[in-house]
Amino acid sequence: MLNLKNTPFHERTSALCQPQNWRKWAGYFVVGSYEHVLDREYWAIRNSAALIDVSPLIKYIIKGKDAAALLHRVTTRDIHKMKIGQVVYTGWCDEEGKMIDDGTVSRLDETTFRLTAAEPNLRWLSMNAVDMQVEITEVTDDIAALSFQGPNTRKVLNKVVENSVDELKYFRLMKNKIKGIEVTISRTGYTGDLGYEIWMNAKDAIKIWDTLMEAGADYGITPVGILAMDMARVEAGLFMLDVDYTSSTHAWIESQKSSPFELGLDWTVALDKQGYFVGRRALEKEKREGSEWKMVGLEVDWVGMENIFKRVDLPPQIPSMAVRGSLPILSGNVQVGYASTSTWSPLLKKYIALAHLQKPYYEVGTDLRMEITVEHHRQHAPAKVVKLPFYEPEWKKR
Amino acid sequence: MTLSNNYDAIIIGGGHNGLVAAAYLARAGKKVVVLERRHIVGGAAVTEEIFPGYKFTEFSYVVSLLRPEIIRDLELPKHGLKILPLPSTFTPMENGDYLAAWDDHDLTRREIYRHSPKDAEAYDEYARVMARAAKAIKPIINLIPPDPSSLSIRDMMGLLKVGQYAASLKEKELYTIAKLATQSSADLLEEWFETDALKGTKAASGIIGTFLGPRSPGTAYVLLHHYMGEIDGAFRAWGFAKNGSGGVSGSILNAAQALGVEIRVNASVNQVKVKNGSAVGVILENGDEIQSKVVMSAADPKRTFLQFVEDKYLPDDFVTSIKNFRTRGSSGKVNIALSELPNFTAMPFEGKGHDSVLHRGAVSISPSIDYIERAYDDAKYGQISKRPYLDMIFPSMIDPDMAPPGQHVLSCFVQYAPYDLEGGWNDERRNQLGEAVISTIEQYAPNIRKCIVGMQVISPKDIEAIAGITGGNIFHGELLLHQIFFLRPTPQWADFRTPLKGYYFGAAGAHPGGGVMGAAGMLAAKEMLKDGKL
Repeated sequence: MLNLKNTPFHERTSALCQPQNWRKWAGYFVVGSYEHVLDREYWAIRNSAALIDVSPLIKYIIKGKDAAALLHRVTTRDIHKMKIGQVVYTGWCDEEGKMIDDGTVSRLDETTFRLTAAEPNLRWLSMNAVDMQVEITEVTDDIAALSFQGPNTRKVLNKVVENSVDELKYFRLMKNKIKGIEVTISRTGYTGDLGYEIWMNAKDAIKIWDTLMEAGADYGITPVGILAMDMARVEAGLFMLDVDYTSSTHAWIESQKSSPFELGLDWTVALDKQGYFVGRRALEKEKREGSEWKMVGLEVDWVGMENIFKRVDLPPQIPSMAVRGSLPILSGNVQVGYASTSTWSPLLKKYIALAHLQKPYYEVGTDLRMEITVEHHRQHAPAKVVKLPFYEPEWKKR
Repeated sequence: MTLSNNYDAIIIGGGHNGLVAAAYLARAGKKVVVLERRHIVGGAAVTEEIFPGYKFTEFSYVVSLLRPEIIRDLELPKHGLKILPLPSTFTPMENGDYLAAWDDHDLTRREIYRHSPKDAEAYDEYARVMARAAKAIKPIINLIPPDPSSLSIRDMMGLLKVGQYAASLKEKELYTIAKLATQSSADLLEEWFETDALKGTKAASGIIGTFLGPRSPGTAYVLLHHYMGEIDGAFRAWGFAKNGSGGVSGSILNAAQALGVEIRVNASVNQVKVKNGSAVGVILENGDEIQSKVVMSAADPKRTFLQFVEDKYLPDDFVTSIKNFRTRGSSGKVNIALSELPNFTAMPFEGKGHDSVLHRGAVSISPSIDYIERAYDDAKYGQISKRPYLDMIFPSMIDPDMAPPGQHVLSCFVQYAPYDLEGGWNDERRNQLGEAVISTIEQYAPNIRKCIVGMQVISPKDIEAIAGITGGNIFHGELLLHQIFFLRPTPQWADFRTPLKGYYFGAAGAHPGGGVMGAAGMLAAKEMLKDGKL
């Protein structure tokens, strides 16, 4: 039968997925949620240990004498400065300095890197590798990945790994073994909490899953779908391709494109690095002149929203999961931007959104209004621009 | 460090209300000290390791009513507050079956349908009627109760607000509220349902913290009080705070300290110091004196007025009505350290029970209204219920950090355990209470005894002795109709002020009552700031 792919964990995840809630991700089926109500999965990320199948992440191994040079040229980070075992988060742009995609670069050894991406990028990478001694291999199907997120994950991992992860620093990786099986563990994630990503050969996936589930049973390990992760990533101020921005290669019109600066990624743009990289000139210009747009955090004023609902005699009603839909944001009666993802934050007890705002409305503290729908009517709830991330526990990097 | 002895405000009692009040005052720039009798703050919202490695949420154990504006104003999540979901209520039945309410609406309906198709239908309608009633009376929570007999501007304005509010109610809501105010929870529930376990479980929340049975008039209101937390839209139902109720107090403590509040533990107050008819500070039991512009008590009404203040500073009728304030403790608490989970025969698990869904939520021993009424019969005549109502949760199943890996803790609320026990409370009677609980659980989970690693039995006398609540009543005074709103704690003095100038009262014994709401502390602090003495 013609269908999308299942991930290497499917045998386990499908048995646990009670509500038949599947989502498509890069040509794979992944679990949206394992339970009928998201709460427990969300809280596993924030309070115990969430096990998330992230195998559909697109992965490339980039190997060869010029591997570093290629990534240095394609991405905005200073790849030559990367140490072996280091991971960096980065975006990559077109010549106009507009984002194509984003992901992580891991330096596995001197001449070998792993790049993760949301979308296929083989063509783009190859186009940039002309005359370079480098081999680019897509390993998406071969390498299974588990994102293991939450404050108890370190304790659980240490029960099963050959070498303790205690010394593994934020955005570093290590080769390790779980029950004799070779894995790579990186201190990375998409939740803004303490967490790790475990990379393994697809054939070992089930064994690793079972080992972790067993070891984590006493620590509240919980299989978690991507819907709960979606709430956590908004709290962490992390955006998503095709939801919060459009790849410049997919955009129909100029205004759909975003630069890294416009997405708040200033810290990932190494304008001080040596040599050419794609988009350099445009980014330098934007840096000089300032950005027209910026992605920031927006916090809806709960009391203000309550008052709007009160007019129709209702308590505030907002979706209990992240909403990937554009909501207009106003200053006075003029639209000055939009929210691309909004969510109720069960931890903060706040309604929050990732907002794209025009200059000068993106300054922290600016009072704005965000569209809400109250009994089929468009209303505007008072909201304030805040710093991202919304939530950052002290143990994230410790 | 040298401690200052001069403050804008002294808060007596470091329970959650005391801490909330202190934080709000400090937030307004005031210099505040909290004086706590024990070595830890939290009052009845504390978590302690009675047995090493096992954390007991000793007294209060769930959270729902904590005011969302307090969570936001004091930024409690930033200070560690995490309210974890408590997704279900499981009621094992005497015939070996069970009744459960799950977090998913369809699952719950299907479950009730199994017992009664009619009840499954009524369930939704009942929930809507209750939610509407709760929503209708909820604005009252944040009102300063006006004195209906007073002609002062403040009270008149307050009455006007109540009047406007009453006028805004729809006819139907008014009838519902009038019924709820006068009915027994049994009468109310019998109008709706036919399944005994459903009625029993619902009725149980109408007796909590009162010395009444489900057939006593007035209990329908208590039922409504517990509904209040469920109507804040996304705020949802009952939850369990990370680290138990101590986690709630802990986050308020962190917030208060970040705002500059000074906390003194082992600082037992002997008396409020009065000068020229005004409270001007306190005298500690060790003789130390601390001065302040105002004093607020977050202790229970009896301690606040009968112990801390000499009678001569208070009007006689006021003292009499405080003496008459009903604080009959009717419940106890049994906290158990477990080597493994008790396995309920109605829905047994295999293995160690990590995935046992029922253990993630509440387990209610409330098979019928009669069962609870019989439990009350024992208590009426000064006895511990032979078969008590139990409300159990397994905190370690919700927050694994509550017990050593693979081990568990059980928090068991037990009613009735009367404060005025015939023959008085002693170790033997405490054991009797523990035994009543264990043998009750044993009926439904026969392996309970061999799971027990350690057990803490808390009688109402112990609640009084440890948490300092007179009578051991978990609400600092029963939520009876004659003890709420402008009658709480006494007529004319429901606005957090007291007959003694500069002395304020902001705890569960004041409006709007108990349940780890924090509302009394917040409202009292706001009134204190209004009076211009600070």
